[in-house]
Amino acid sequence: MIDRRLLTNFDWVLAGLVVVVCLLGIMNIYSATNSYKIVGAAYYTKQFYWMLTGITISLLVCSVDYHLLEDLSYWLYGFIVLLLLAVLIFGRASMGATRWLNLGLFNVQPSELMKIVIIITIARFFNNFHTIDGLTIKDVLFPLGILALPAALIMKQPDLGTAVLVVLIAVSMTFYVGLRWSTIVTFTLVTIPMAWIGWSFYLRPYQKNRVLDFLNPERSRLGSGYHIIQSKIAVGSGGITGKGFIQGTQSQLKFLPEQHTDFAFSVFAEEWGFVGCLLLMILYLLLILWGLNIARRCNDRFGGLLAVGVTAMLFWHFVINMGMVIGLFPVVGVPMPFFSYGGTSMITSMVGIGLLQNVSMRRFMF
Amino acid sequence: MKERRFVREVLESKQRILVLSFIVGAVFFLLLARLWHLQILNADDYQAMSENNRLRFVPVAAFRGAIMDRSGTVLVSNRPSFSLAVVPQEVKDKEALLTQLSSLLGIERGEMAERWDKNKGRAKYYPIVLASNITRDQVEMVEENRLRLPGVEIEMKPVREYSNGVLASHLLGYIGEISEKELNLKNFEDYNPGDYIGKNGIERALENELHGEDGGRQFEVDARGRVLRTISETHPTVGNSVVLTIDAEIQKKAEKAFGEQAGAAVAMDVNSGEILAFVSNPGFDPALFSGKLPPDIWKGYLEDKRRPLENKALSGQYPPGSTFKIVTALAGLQDSVINDSSSVNCGGSYSLGTSTFKCWNRRGHGNTNLRKSLRESCDVYYYQLGEKLGVDKIAAASKAFMLGSPLGVELQNEKPGLIPTSEWKLERFGKRWFQGETLPVAIGQGYVLTTPIQLASMIATVANEGTIYRPHLVKRIVDADGKTLRETKPEVIGTASFPKESFRLVKQGLFAVVNERGGTGAQSRLYDVRVAGKTGTSQVVKLRDSKRSTPYQFRDHALFVAFAPFDKPEIAVAVVVEHGEHGGSAAAPIAGRILRAYFESKKPARKEPAGSSKAGDSDTESAEEPTGAAEPAAVDGAADKDAAND
Repeated sequence: MIDRRLLTNFDWVLAGLVVVVCLLGIMNIYSATNSYKIVGAAYYTKQFYWMLTGITISLLVCSVDYHLLEDLSYWLYGFIVLLLLAVLIFGRASMGATRWLNLGLFNVQPSELMKIVIIITIARFFNNFHTIDGLTIKDVLFPLGILALPAALIMKQPDLGTAVLVVLIAVSMTFYVGLRWSTIVTFTLVTIPMAWIGWSFYLRPYQKNRVLDFLNPERSRLGSGYHIIQSKIAVGSGGITGKGFIQGTQSQLKFLPEQHTDFAFSVFAEEWGFVGCLLLMILYLLLILWGLNIARRCNDRFGGLLAVGVTAMLFWHFVINMGMVIGLFPVVGVPMPFFSYGGTSMITSMVGIGLLQNVSMRRFMF
Repeated sequence: MKERRFVREVLESKQRILVLSFIVGAVFFLLLARLWHLQILNADDYQAMSENNRLRFVPVAAFRGAIMDRSGTVLVSNRPSFSLAVVPQEVKDKEALLTQLSSLLGIERGEMAERWDKNKGRAKYYPIVLASNITRDQVEMVEENRLRLPGVEIEMKPVREYSNGVLASHLLGYIGEISEKELNLKNFEDYNPGDYIGKNGIERALENELHGEDGGRQFEVDARGRVLRTISETHPTVGNSVVLTIDAEIQKKAEKAFGEQAGAAVAMDVNSGEILAFVSNPGFDPALFSGKLPPDIWKGYLEDKRRPLENKALSGQYPPGSTFKIVTALAGLQDSVINDSSSVNCGGSYSLGTSTFKCWNRRGHGNTNLRKSLRESCDVYYYQLGEKLGVDKIAAASKAFMLGSPLGVELQNEKPGLIPTSEWKLERFGKRWFQGETLPVAIGQGYVLTTPIQLASMIATVANEGTIYRPHLVKRIVDADGKTLRETKPEVIGTASFPKESFRLVKQGLFAVVNERGGTGAQSRLYDVRVAGKTGTSQVVKLRDSKRSTPYQFRDHALFVAFAPFDKPEIAVAVVVEHGEHGGSAAAPIAGRILRAYFESKKPARKEPAGSSKAGDSDTESAEEPTGAAEPAAVDGAADKDAAND
C-alpha cells in the first residue's frame, strides 16, 4: 500500500511544525500544573502519551489513500449523524431516571468527529459540483442542508462552541470554492431577519439567557468575567520577555482558571512574554500557511478541499482560543490545538494532520 | 470546452488560496496587535495588578440535602461548623500571629503551625484552616480582635449531622473526602480534591441529588485582607432532599429488638415494595466516618466478629433454612407431587441409598400433611418432596421468586445469593448433580444462599399471591422548599405465577406456624392482628449434637419470615439472626416486635391525629411492656420447646 515514492514525499515540514508545537505545549503544561496537587499521573506525562497516540493515529490516517474517503464520505456522515441522534435520545431518557447513565464519553465524541466528517463530506460534494463565476444561492442550498443537520444536533446537546466550529469550517470551505457576491449579500440579508424572528418567537426565555450568557459572560456567573480579567492580567504582566519558566505568579498562584487546558496560552504568555508569543504565533502561522500551500500544490479538487478544511479547523481553533485568552472573544471552551492539555482535542487535530499529510504525500500521483 | 472550464476552475481556486492566506495573515496581525497592546503598551499596569492581585475567589460549599423518613422526620441534616482560617498572603509575621492566636483562643500552637506548613504549596490567597470545629465563644473572640489579626478569617462550613446516631447506619451511609480513584471517574468529573461525597448507603447512591451546587464569592480586599467590596457572588444551591420509604419509629424498634445480636431485618410493604425498616446489626456511627476516624474505633469495627461495617440486609448471603420450604411446597403443588390431602409418615429420618437424612425432630412427626409440615417444619416431608421434584424444579420455583439474582435496590453491593441447578454444578465443579444433594436443597440448606432482602421480597410475594415489586428505599426527591421533584412509583419486576389455590394452601400452613398448637413461630404472634410466617434455622457447620459447647461462629443462623394481617396482607418481614441458633426463639420475637411497631404506628394516626408526640411516645412505650410479657404466656409450653428445636 505504501510505496517508496510516498515515503520520499513525506511532508517533514508539516510533521516538524506539529511536533515542535506539541513539545512547547508539554513544556508549558509542566509549568502550568506545577502548583497542582497532582492526582495520578502528571498532566505533562499524560499529554506526552496523548501526543504519541495522536502521531500514531495520524500515521495510520495518512497510510490509506485519501481518495477512499470520497466513496465513504456519505456513509461516514450518516453514521455520525446517527450517533449524534443517539446521544440526544439517550440523553433524554437518562434524565428522568434516578440511576444515572454514563453518557459523558459519547457526548464528546460524535460532535468532535463531526468536525472531521463535515470536512470530508463538504469536500466530496464540491468535488463533483462545478461552477463558473462562483456559487449561486441555489448551488449552496444542498451543502447548507448537509451542514444544518449536524450543527442543529450539536447545538441541542448543547455544545455551542463545537457547533460554531463546524459551521465555520464548512463556510471556509465554501468560500474556497468561490461564492458570487450576490450570494454573499443575499445570505447576509436573509440571516439577519431570520435570526431576529427566531430570537423573538422561537427561543424560550431560558434559551435566550443562554445565548446572552454566551455573548456576554460577565452578565451571568462570576466565573467567566473573573477568568477574563485574570487572564488579561497574566498576559499583560508578561511584558516583553516574560517572567521565566515556572515563574508566572498568576499561574503559579492559581489565579488562572483551567490553566493547563483552555487557558494554557495565558500561562505561556505570562512566562515567555511578547517574544515567546511571537515565536508561538509564527509557528502556528507557518503551520496554517503550509496547510494552505498543500491545498495549492494539490492537483485534484478533492484533496485541495480536504486540505483547506483541515487548515480551517486548526485556524479557527487557534483564533478563537487565543481571542478568548486575550479578551477579544467571550469564554468558550475551545482548546488551542496541540498546545492545550487534552486527549480529545489532540486526537481530532492529529487526524486532521494525518489528512493533510495524506494529501501532501500524494500530490505527485496524478 | 470542458477541459478549459476545469483549468479555469483550478486556476481560480489557486488564486483563492492566496486570498485566504492574506486573510489569515491579517487575522494574525490583529491578534499580534492586541498582544502588543497588552504586553508592551500596558505591561506596567498589568504587572502592578499581578503584584497586588487583590481579587479573591473563595468557593462556598453547598449544603447537602437532608435525608428524611417517610413521615418527614429528619434522619440526616447539616449543622454549621466554624473553623479558624488564615490567608498566608496577608500575614507579615507568622510566628507572632500563631502565638497571639494561641493565647487568645487557647488552641495549641504546634497543631496550628503543623496545619499551616502542610498547606505551603497552595495559592497564597487561599485560606488555610488552622482549627476546625471551634466554639461560638472563640468565633466572637476573633471577631472582636479582627483589626489586630490581619489575614485571619472565620469560615463556616456545613457538617453532616446524623440525628439518631447509629440508627439505620448502613442504609444512610456516610460522606468522606473524595479519593483519587473517584476523582478519575466520569461521575465525579465536576469535583475537586478535598470535596466531600457520599461514600456509602443512600449518601452514595443519591449523591447526584444530595450534593447541590457549590457557589463562590469574588471580592477585592485591602492590604490587611479586609473585604473592600464583593465583586460578584454565586450562591450555592442546596442539594435536593431524599424522603425514604423507611418509618423511623419501626426502624428504631426493630434495631432495639436485635439488642447485641448480629443480623439483619427487612420490613416491606406487600403492595408496593416500599421498605419500611432496613436493619443491619450492629451498626456504626456514620458521623465518625465524615471526620478523622479514631484508629482504635476503626480497629474495633474491623475486629468485631459481628462485622458492623457489612450491610447484612443486602450483602449478607445466608442459607434460608426452613423458610425455603415455602418455595419447595409451591413447587410440589404446581407439579402435583403433593396436594392438600396427601401425607407422609415421618419417623424422624429419611433414607436415600446408603445415606440417612435426619428430621430435626428425632422422634418423628408421624403422619404429616402439607399444613402440618409447615406448622411443625417437618424435614422428612420435604426430603421426599425434594427427591420427587429434583433440584431443577425447585430451582425453577425459586427463580420465579427472583431468588438468586439482585432485585435492584438503590444501594450498592447488592449480592445475588445462589440457587443451585444441575447445570450450575456441572459448570462450577465439572461434576453431575447427585440426588443426595437435592434433599438439603429442599430444606434450604446445601448450596442455597439468599439475602435478607430477597427473603423479604419472597414472603411479600407469597402474601400478595404472586406480584414481585422492586424493593425500594427512596419514596421521593424533594427540593429545598419541600416541593416534590420525583416520586418513586411501585414497579412490578416479575410475577411468581402459581395457582391461587397453591398460595392459599401454603398461606394457611404459614398461619398455622404462628397461631396453632405445635407451630414453630408462636413467638411472633400479636394479640390483635393475625400473623402468618415461617421459621428457619440454617446450619453453619455440621455439628448438630454438641450444641452447648459450639463456639459462637459455628452456631446456626436463626431466620423468620412473616406477613400480616393474614386476611389482607400489608407488611412482610424477614429476620436473620446470625448464630442465633433457633428461628422460633431468636428471630420470630424480633419479627413480632417489628410487626407490632408497624400496627402501632398506624393506630395513633387514626385515634388521636392531634395528639402530642410525647404523649404518643409514652403510650407506645407502655403498650410494649404488657404485650411483651404476654407473649410467652400465649404460647403453649410444649410448642415453645419444639420451636426451640426447629
